[in-house]
This record gives sequence, C-alpha cells and structure tokens, in this order.
Amino acid sequence: MMIAVELGLIYAVMALGVYLTFRILDFADLTVDGSFTTGAAIAAVGITNGLPPALATSLAILGGMGAGLITGLLHTRGRINGLLAGILTQIGLYSINLRIMGGANVPLLRERTLITPLRENGFIGTWASAGIFLALALVVLALIVWFLHTDLGLAMRATGDNPDMIRSFGVNTDHQKVLGLSLSNGLVGLCGALIAQFQGFADIGMGIGLIVAGLASVIIGQAVLGRSRIVIAASAVVLGSVMYRVVIQLALEGGLNPNDMKLVSATLVVLALVLPQWKGFARMGGFMRRRISALTDTAVVEKEEV
Amino acid sequence: MLTVSGVSMTFFPGTVNARPALRDVSLHLDPGEFVTVIGSNGAGKSTLLNVVAGTYRPDAGTVTVDGRDVTRLSDHQRARYIGRVFQNPAAGTAPHMSIEENLAMALERGRRRGLRLGVTHAKRERFRRELLALEQGLENRLGDWVGLLSGGQRQALSLLMATFSEPKILLLDEHTAALDPQRAALVTRLTGEIVDRFGLTTLMVTHNMDQALRLGNRLIMMHEGRIVLDLDAEAKSKMTVKGLLAEFEKVKGAELDDSLLQ
Repeated sequence: MMIAVELGLIYAVMALGVYLTFRILDFADLTVDGSFTTGAAIAAVGITNGLPPALATSLAILGGMGAGLITGLLHTRGRINGLLAGILTQIGLYSINLRIMGGANVPLLRERTLITPLRENGFIGTWASAGIFLALALVVLALIVWFLHTDLGLAMRATGDNPDMIRSFGVNTDHQKVLGLSLSNGLVGLCGALIAQFQGFADIGMGIGLIVAGLASVIIGQAVLGRSRIVIAASAVVLGSVMYRVVIQLALEGGLNPNDMKLVSATLVVLALVLPQWKGFARMGGFMRRRISALTDTAVVEKEEV
Repeated sequence: MLTVSGVSMTFFPGTVNARPALRDVSLHLDPGEFVTVIGSNGAGKSTLLNVVAGTYRPDAGTVTVDGRDVTRLSDHQRARYIGRVFQNPAAGTAPHMSIEENLAMALERGRRRGLRLGVTHAKRERFRRELLALEQGLENRLGDWVGLLSGGQRQALSLLMATFSEPKILLLDEHTAALDPQRAALVTRLTGEIVDRFGLTTLMVTHNMDQALRLGNRLIMMHEGRIVLDLDAEAKSKMTVKGLLAEFEKVKGAELDDSLLQ
C-alpha cells in the first residue's frame, strides 16, 4: 500500500500539469499520453548514456515542454481543434519516442538514478520515501500556486475563464495557451522521467491512458475538497492522485485482473463526472465543501461541471 | 485623440447577404470629448465601436489614436490605449476570479506581465479606495468571486476596471442596456462621474435617447452606416428627446422619398 501512496505522490506532478490545462486553461490536452513517455525516454536514454540523472531528468522536462509547445502552436497558429491538436501530437510522439529509445523498452537496471539512494537505504515502500515524494509534490504544488497568483498567472487563469475580457486588457490569449500547454507538459515529462527511474525502465506503452489517470486525480480530488480557491483546488489534485492510486491498488488486491485496470480507470472518471450531477450526491458534496470553506473562511462557489 | 477617417465595412462581401455596415465614416474626437452615439438597429453604431476597438478590421479607412495609426493592430494590441465596457455584464470580468484579482489584471492594462505577485498589500489598499467610490459595498468583498455579484455590481466593477488605468479612449457599448432601470441609472451616474474624474475621451453607444442627452458633450446619430447628425455641446444641451425623434423621422422620411423616386 505504501508503494501506491508513493506512486500517487509522483503521479501528482503529472496531475498538476493536467490541472493547469484542464481546469485553468479549460483545455482537454491529450498530448499527455505522449509527452509522459517522451520524458521517460529522454531520462532513460540520457542515464544509460552516462548523463547525471538530475541532468537527464531536466532534459526530460524540456522534452515535455517541447511537446506542449507543438500542441499549442497547432491549436493557436494552425487553428486546429484543441482535442485534435493534442491527439496529433500524441500520435506523432509515439514514433519520436521509439526513435529516442531505439526500441520499445530501455531498462535502467544497475544504472544510478535519482531513486537509487532511496533504494539503497531501503526507504522504498516506507514512510521515509513517501515523505520525500510528498516533499517533491508539495514543492511543485507551491510553485504552481505561486505562479497562478502572479500577474502572468492571473492572465493565464483569465484566459480560461473569460478570454474576451483579458484580451480587452491587452493579453494575447494565444500566447497564454501555448505557455500553459508547455508548462503543463513539462511537468508531465518530469513525472515520466521520475516514474521510469522509480520502476527501473522506460517503455513505449507507459503513457497509454495516462490522461484518464490525470483527469481522475483532478476530478476526484476536487469532488472531495472543492475548488473555491487556487490553493484548495491544486492541493485537491495531489490528494486526488494519491486516492486514485490507492483505489487502483485496492482493486488489484481485491482480485481484479490487472488487464482490466484501464476499464476501471475510465469507469472511475465517468462516475466522478456523473455522480456530482445527482441531487443527493450534490448535497453530500456540498456538506463536505461547506466544512472545508468554513475552515478557510471563503465563499463556496462551483464552476459548472464539464 | 481619436480619428476615424473614411472607414467602410461590409459584412459578407460578395455574397447575396452582403450588408454594408459602415459607409465612408469619418469622425474626430478631441481629448476629453465624450460623444454619445444613437441610431436604430443596424445603423452601424456597434460596428463603429468594434472597428475602433480592433475586433473588426475595416475594408477601407484608418483609425488613429493619439496620432498613432492603429488600423492594423489587433484588439489585444490596441488594449493599451483603449478601455472597453460591453453590454453583457458578464463580458467584462472573469467570474471565477476574485474582485481584487480582476482589478489587478485591469491595472496591468497593456503592460508586459511578469512573475510579480498580482495582488499586493499596496494594490489592495488602492482597490479598496477605488471601490469605495462605487458605493456598492464591494470594498469589503475583495476576496469574493466576481461571479457572485449582481449584474449591476459587475457592470460597475467593469466600468472601474476599464477606466482606472486611464486609457486614452473609453468605449461604452450599450453598457446599461442589460440592467434593470434602477441599476441602469446607477451605472449611468457612475459613468458620468468616472469620465469626468479621469477626463477620458469617450465614445458611448446607447439606445436610450434620454441617456444620450444627459451624458457627454457631443451627440451623433447614425443611420444606414452613415453619420447623419452631429450635435456639439451647445446644440446638444438644447436638444430634447422629442427633437431627436423628429430628426429620426426626417432621416427615415428622406429614405422613403429616395425609394419612391426610384
């Protein structure tokens, strides 16, 4: 179970990226499935070729940002529908990822990675390493919350909330979308790099369906905590990511076939999207959120569900 | 301050639906001039505003702001010089962001936005002062989402956001039309006060002739994409709603005569 919590905290980095596009920019970005593997591939190949793991991981972030940049340009300059732009990048990345890895799989066994010190000290699967990954997730969380309160971050939020309004104050909303997509996929690439090092290999199929896990984390977390303020909404994403991995782990321990996990994930997202629309459930959610907002002393308002 | 010269614009050109919205319109506003624009539906009032704002690019003619030709600039590039309040109270604010965040975004009008904190303590004090002048009680609700405000409050806030960074031109596009009479009166009063306070060069489109006469120091009437009447401050002060209606009839009558002649 500790492994599931650790995974949830690492995947939270990806989920925060999805939060940036899905909630802040109001853009369902399917690039994620490809850019995650790109990050993993760059890190794995970099490490096996003798680069320091930290440098290889940084390159993975740049790779992810590049992928987001392409989707952004396809959407803004090419005037391609957002969903389609993401899918096109994702499909193109499949070939690029194979080129980077030189095959379908790059093992990292016996290589020194960022995770090696944890493994050597026997931290993996204990509170110690969960604490370290929690710290990592909290650093990324803090950076995102800070960013979304800067002048640039406010403009990005307004781009998703009321583009006409923010254009009338001199912001190029196309630039904001490209920037947001790049940042988001940079985080996804970072997450891919960390997961590859954590599991000891990069694989061409490791990103398949990942966007669903990301959306599940955002939606589940925010169904519990709400999103009346950026701090709460973003923290909810981290919580949601851990909850999602724990639920998957419980399902596996309960005897579900690992091959059915994608179906379980998809079902979870559908439930998380549909259930809050039912009245009884909405009352329950409202109660939870009132408790939270009583703690933080802010008004409770909900965006229309997607 | 604002010069529109020889602007023509046709919607759906080259099709059977071709509809000329502006025909060789020229207009000059001196600094501090507050012009109200009236006219029937389809007269070209809103198109004129959109051409000035950069939402539409005219087929012919130029738009100059403070001596600078802005005809080829897009709307967000012109936003440095031009503040705008829309008819829909929801259009001018971001609903899922707080009042102070909306104001902070407006304060950065046309500037390069960086990684400095958007809402600082000093700015918050300034916002409180500005909001106090609106008399809407918003100064105590800085952290509330704008989506929680009433239409009138949102429009008052939009008006403040469009003006307090002191743009060179203020465009008001029937900004009281969607409000109930009481709120409309309030926003009308605030408009007069704010334009006076900042000495803004203003172009206001309205359907309400009474409002068109009460606000501003110049009035133009548009019909069929042309300016058909232009009253200076003195003529405007003597004009009445009845007089305006008579002018309307005259324009329409002339049109009828034309069609009878053909």
